[in-house]
Amino acid sequence: MGPIGANEFLFILQGLKWTALLAIIGFIGGGVFGILIAVTRVSKSAAARAIAAAYIGLFQGTPLLMQLFVVYYGVALVGINVSAWLAVAIAFTLHASAFLGEIWRGSIQAVPKGQTEAANALGLHYVSRMKDVILPQALKISMPATIGFLVQLIKGTSLAAIVGFIELARAGQIISNQTYRPLLVFGIVGTIYFIICWPLSHFGTALEKRMAKAAR
Amino acid sequence: MTASDNTQSMLISLEKVEKWYGAFHALKDINLTVRKGEKIVLCGPSGSGKSTLIRCINVLETIEGGRITVGGRVLDGSSKAVDAIRREVGMVFQSFNLFTHMTVLQNCALAPMRVRGMSRAEAETLARKYLERVRILDQADKYPAQLSGGQQQRVAIARALCLEPKIMLFDEPTSALDPEMVKEVLDTMISLARDGMTMICVTHEMGFARQVADRVIFMASGEIIEEAEPDVFFTSPKHERTKTFLGEILAHH
Repeated sequence: MGPIGANEFLFILQGLKWTALLAIIGFIGGGVFGILIAVTRVSKSAAARAIAAAYIGLFQGTPLLMQLFVVYYGVALVGINVSAWLAVAIAFTLHASAFLGEIWRGSIQAVPKGQTEAANALGLHYVSRMKDVILPQALKISMPATIGFLVQLIKGTSLAAIVGFIELARAGQIISNQTYRPLLVFGIVGTIYFIICWPLSHFGTALEKRMAKAAR
Repeated sequence: MTASDNTQSMLISLEKVEKWYGAFHALKDINLTVRKGEKIVLCGPSGSGKSTLIRCINVLETIEGGRITVGGRVLDGSSKAVDAIRREVGMVFQSFNLFTHMTVLQNCALAPMRVRGMSRAEAETLARKYLERVRILDQADKYPAQLSGGQQQRVAIARALCLEPKIMLFDEPTSALDPEMVKEVLDTMISLARDGMTMICVTHEMGFARQVADRVIFMASGEIIEEAEPDVFFTSPKHERTKTFLGEILAHH
């Protein structure tokens, strides 16, 4: 058994850096496309709604691991060379946009109809109606669920290890193999995940409680 | 009054308007003209189509038959006509429908900025003017949830006035209010009426109708049953259904 020194710990923290970056990229990419998906999902056009529903169905209905495989290895097969970073960014964006799109679709529909009517009566057009009136309220309604998904996404980044990323979980595995102290190493890795995810979850729950109170 | 005078001062006209919700016939052969400056009170039992009627005027509902003209412009289904009409017509809802995430001032300034293309400073000046008009300027920086129902409804009136409409539609503006707040909203509406605003009000406030209305229109089952000046309407209604309705309404007052 080897010791867990500063070097090993630093290596794990390097992994944490990638985990955080992957989660941020997934969340930003997924957020941008998720808004598009959500807005398409509530559009007037039945065809647009169906396409958005199919997209959501496809990416919610298949494992993230498989999506990573398909984007990383599958795209290479048709002759397009994608770097691991790009592949993972694409896969996480697709995955997150489907989930966030569906969460936000629900939130948009949860904004009282009177808000849309008032905006219409004031002559506000679609973009202003969405940007100024509906989306800010929908975003607020969606906060607890959005934060819940972010926590899932942070833990889901561990799957990026299969395309060669040494993120937090994979870094832990490497150190564990070197030092033969799996319990200690994964204890540390687990604690780090917990330190990040638990306050987020807690924040989400607190928000939910506060909103339930405000709605009364 | 000659025929040409009549068409010139005519602000709203509904001709043979038909509206269906699926198999439900919500409006049946509605004919109505409103002249500039006229105050109309629409009343009738719930489900009689009175709200639907005024919601057709600013295209919150579409019609299946007939023709609606507002300010000389025919509602032909084009988005241009919709935009033009919504610029002329302000609406106040039963449930206020203030934008909950914006302050009172922001609520009022939004449409002038987005629809009229004003700068924020111009729009806020305008908003303050109309908040003053409904005597609620001191609450400009609060959020709707911090206000009473009566205050919220006055803000909603100011918000509609900020587009400087020619016509105001009121859809049961006092029905959601606690009794002690009804007066402040009615007073605001009365003062608006005194300034010559053309108004169509769906309301059961018969005191308001007597005081302000030029005509009272009674609707039932999607039809206009009776139309008369308030004095005539309240003292000698012609139709049986009007009598029954008035009996029920006045019994509560």
